[in-house]
Amino acid sequence: MLTLVPSPLALRFGEGSGERFYYFDKQLHMTASSPTLFFAKPQLQALLNELRGRGYCVVGPTIEQEAIVYSELQSVEELPRGWTDEQAPGQYRLKRRDDDAWFGFVVGPHSWKKYLFPPKATLLSAEKTETGWAFIPRAADSTRYALLGVRACELAAIRIQDQVFLNGPYQDPIYRERREQLFIVAVNCTQAASTCFCTSMNTGPRCERGFDLALTEIDEGFLCEIGSDLGRDVVAACSAAPATPAQLQAAETARQQAVDQMTRHMDISDLPGLLLGNLDHPRWKEVGERCLSCTNCTMVCPTCFCSSVTEVRDLNMETVERERVWDSCFNPDFSNLGGSPVRNDTASRYRQWLTHKLDSWHDQFGTSGCVGCGRCITWCPVGIDLTEEVAAIRETPTP
Amino acid sequence: MSRKPRLAVFKFASCDGCQLSLLDAEDELLEICERIDIAHFAEASSDLQAGPYDIALVEGSITTDEDAARILRVRAESRFLITIGACATSGGVQALRNWGHIDEWVRSVYPSPEFIHTLATSTPIAAHVHVDFELHGCPINHHQLVDVLVAVAEGRQPRVPSHSVCLDCKRRGTVCHVVSRGIPCLGPVTQSGCGALCPAYDRGCYGCYGPSHPANTTSLLRQFQKLGRAPDELVPLLRNFNATTPEFRRASEQLVVLQTNGEGKSL
Repeated sequence: MLTLVPSPLALRFGEGSGERFYYFDKQLHMTASSPTLFFAKPQLQALLNELRGRGYCVVGPTIEQEAIVYSELQSVEELPRGWTDEQAPGQYRLKRRDDDAWFGFVVGPHSWKKYLFPPKATLLSAEKTETGWAFIPRAADSTRYALLGVRACELAAIRIQDQVFLNGPYQDPIYRERREQLFIVAVNCTQAASTCFCTSMNTGPRCERGFDLALTEIDEGFLCEIGSDLGRDVVAACSAAPATPAQLQAAETARQQAVDQMTRHMDISDLPGLLLGNLDHPRWKEVGERCLSCTNCTMVCPTCFCSSVTEVRDLNMETVERERVWDSCFNPDFSNLGGSPVRNDTASRYRQWLTHKLDSWHDQFGTSGCVGCGRCITWCPVGIDLTEEVAAIRETPTP
Repeated sequence: MSRKPRLAVFKFASCDGCQLSLLDAEDELLEICERIDIAHFAEASSDLQAGPYDIALVEGSITTDEDAARILRVRAESRFLITIGACATSGGVQALRNWGHIDEWVRSVYPSPEFIHTLATSTPIAAHVHVDFELHGCPINHHQLVDVLVAVAEGRQPRVPSHSVCLDCKRRGTVCHVVSRGIPCLGPVTQSGCGALCPAYDRGCYGCYGPSHPANTTSLLRQFQKLGRAPDELVPLLRNFNATTPEFRRASEQLVVLQTNGEGKSL
């Protein structure tokens, strides 16, 4: 039977270990605790079919444009099976693996934010009438997304964007609509790229919360943890059985491999504080000379949330649409106030971005704005590495 | 303006593609005509009305003495002078002559070079007269042109973004060619306007809309050199439709100096 009603959701206010955040938590009634399940790899198609049958648009990793991007999936055949990604500052290459792993890669140029916070959206429209203007509210978006293959750092990024878009009196209706209906199949990383540093940011690589289902790939199949009642219902389609101790051990070994491969590190012991305490550090000018101010880092960042809103009208002034597009603190026009940009050079824009991301984000949202996914390092065309910038500032702090 | 503003379109050294963009605005053309009086547009009508004009759209660069004099007359009879396209705003692809010897070129191209009277350089309109607004692109984007015309008619500022092409690539989900394939792409230093067309079709950006602001060509070219691209491959990338804009000219000349002083050196 098709269920078209989203699962019960609770918007909770969490407080603990100094972290404060609002987050969505799907109900999970721990009836006699939910054991970790196991299913054979071909059963992933059954999961996909079940989600599609329940009316979800399933999106997940697939190869396009010589990269692993997120796109709609009809079949597990579209997953990048047997491929991996090699990443370095300013460099990304697809490589054939010597095995047939289904999720043997990390994160690519896209992030899930495009599904919750679309790059372009019409917020409102208005039509001229004989007596004035008729405002037409935005039509509700009926697309329900199921994300397949969300990594731990990406779950953390979604939690951060929940804070940004849903915490407080002004909630973003587009984000809320899509977020409430979201189904998340997380996948634990079993390897790390050279640009990954989630262990530094305490966001991974283990998927601990915020999912409906979480998979760990081992040679013979997938281990599956259940994170919500809806997840439990959905996974019933996969002919899953409780995992054996050997399978649990194999999964633990696979996950540990990601931890062991993590080479990049960012010391966060003096964050927040370090960057705002060094606003006149010469390193800002130096990185400003390398930075292209091209906006790539902010676009690939799964937590960056800036946008611009403009009124777009037809020539006869009979209809007006209010459009929102992704924008960036690296776009000089973005800080235009009173006819000219507030941050008129690249160094000040880079400083604004990094101090916000790692420092003042804590004051604003109660967490760091960085999840350690490494996208901004890989996708910077000139390979600027924020972990290096932070280390350089720490090494020679300004008095 | 209580009456409809009068528009004139003038052509200098150019291919006609940019003024054709006005005719290409087929969906908007009738509405434009309701707002603006097209008084002088040789490509559209042989009924060429005399000035003065409220808006002059100027296409093309200055390459002859006659044109250098004509642009002064156009300026004198136009309230707002708007240049359209790479030729008018930066000298165009024909400005490649600025690095050569014009007499040698004329002799090698034309069978009767004595009939050719041309300047040694191709220069943008702003090098000759005051320009009120420059619309970039090779060719220009007709949606931007329509916005500029309507803006002038309404007395507001045109809405033309100056950010890099990268922002458009990311909004449409195009994967960065520099990072994923090591392809030299001018997107990070080029102004938006095309909607990131070429990268969406597996090519690097050719820089048709000219330098973005800022345009950190030094850092980007240093990266291309790191990726193994030699100066003799990068100079033609910069010396294209917008070769003589200050940012691209400086960058290509730095590379030529490197080339002359020997390979293996980085910017």
